[in-house]
Parts: sequence; structure tokens; C-alpha cells
Amino acid sequence: MQLIPCPWCGPREEAEFHYGGQAHVAYPEDPSALTDEEWARYVFFRENPSGPFAERWSHNAGCRRWFNAVRDTRTHDLLAVYRVGEPMPEVTA
Amino acid sequence: MTVSPLAAWSDRLAALAPVLDAAEVPFRSQLTVRVSDPDAIAAMGSTLGVGFPSAACTFTSGTGPCGDVEVLWLGPDEFLVTAPPDQQVTIEEVLRGALGTAWGSVVDTSAQRTTVVLQGPRVRDVLAHGCSVDLHPASAPRGTCVQTLLARTGIVLQVTGDDRVTVLVRSSFAGYLAAWLVDACTEYLAVP
Ligand SMILES: [Zn+2]
Repeated sequence: MQLIPCPWCGPREEAEFHYGGQAHVAYPEDPSALTDEEWARYVFFRENPSGPFAERWSHNAGCRRWFNAVRDTRTHDLLAVYRVGEPMPEVTA
Repeated sequence: MTVSPLAAWSDRLAALAPVLDAAEVPFRSQLTVRVSDPDAIAAMGSTLGVGFPSAACTFTSGTGPCGDVEVLWLGPDEFLVTAPPDQQVTIEEVLRGALGTAWGSVVDTSAQRTTVVLQGPRVRDVLAHGCSVDLHPASAPRGTCVQTLLARTGIVLQVTGDDRVTVLVRSSFAGYLAAWLVDACTEYLAVP
């Protein structure tokens, strides 16, 4: 099974983690000003790249913290992990 | 009468010797502490007489005004304080006093988990049947404390000696874990 490196706990089995979708999706500054279409885009529309993708993961069975990871969607390689609030690191796929 | 989660398993766990000395240590006092303020963490440590662990995935232990106490790192702002039975009310008051007006919480979670102590030369081999964390002494020395999965159930595992670990398991999963342990030891037990 693949090991995922939690930024707090180190490498752990994938089964300990929960996937949280695309990272860095900013909450709208004024949600009530959005049209239905704009709101639907915020809630439902996500990138679907072939290559590096910044995602949220939660270490459910361990420290129970959310963190971010850059994963190559073609290979499932985790190129980088970083804590919430830290900028996305440069990666080379 | 209060019955501990693994009371019905004591004979079957004892029968795992000499492969594994396995026994429940029931009714330990346990308090979940959520705090991130460094001054409050230091104050709580000094009132217990046991400094809170500063490194991830470790625990500290010692003796202070509340007796023998261990402080387990569960997350960057989350700790579990464990002590002998019937200390939870005292420790809760002491820790709340030390927390003062800082942001945080101290909650008695003694009933959430029961404690199982496992000891013996085969302890790592048995655990490896259901736990993916590397427990070799080089990567998990004494003082290591990890929250992880053992046979798909959530545990807190403390390395307390060369061939000795303490496993905290949720009370409702304890019977399942005991059954799994008995099964995992089978191949190491002598054939009668
Ligand atoms: Zn973690």
C-alpha cells in the first residue's frame, strides 16, 4: 500500500488518510453577491489536470489534521506535502 | 459493579504467554487537552510535574503532585494526559487552573479508551500483522507515541520499553482487538 508523508507524523499507510479534493479554493468574499451560476462554479467545479494537482488530505487515523499535498494524477506520486497556511511549493513532475 | 471492556478476555490474553505477556490495565484516568499557547502548555506541564512533549509522535512521563502521569502527543495542539485510576477529577481541575484564560480545553475522556500492555520478544512481530508503522527500535525508540491503525481499528501506541508497548483502544473496539491479538499470536504459540 502507498505511504503518504503526513507533515506532522511522517510516512503512514494510505488507509489512514481521507481525501479532501482540490486545495486553495478560496471562499467567495461576498457570497450573497454571486449569481447562481457563479455559486455553482464555486461549489461544484474543480480542476482536473493531468499532472501535478494541489489537494487537501486529512490524516484521519493519526493526528487528525488537514494538510495539503501536490500529487501527480498520472502516477499517483506525491511530489510535496505542506501544512495548511503554507504556500504551495515548487514541484517538478 | 463496573466491568472493564476486556474483563471477559483476561484468561485468553494471559494464555498468550510466553509469546506475549498481554494484560488490560483498566480504568486509567485519561484527559484530552486541546491547547496551542506555549505559555499555557508550559504552565500545564509544570503543575503536573511532567513537561508536555514538544516533538510530534512522542510522549513524556514522570511523577508529580498528581502521581505517575504520562502526556501523549496526539496532534500539534492536542495531548492526552494519562494517570492511574480515579485521578481524572483532580487532574482536570489542576489543568484547567493552569490553562487560565488561554484558549483551550480539558475534557475527561477516561471512558473512551481502555489500556492494554503488551510485552515480549515477539511483540513487534505480532503487531506487524496488522500495523504498518515501523516499530523497529531504530525508528520507534522508547518514548514513541503514534496514533495509527491496528487491524483497521484506531489505536494510540506507546513504546514504553525494549519489547514493551502500551496500546490504547476505544472501549467498544477492545473485544475485537483482543480477538485479533489472540489470532495473530497463534502461529507463534507451541503446538500442543
Ligand atoms: Zn499526521
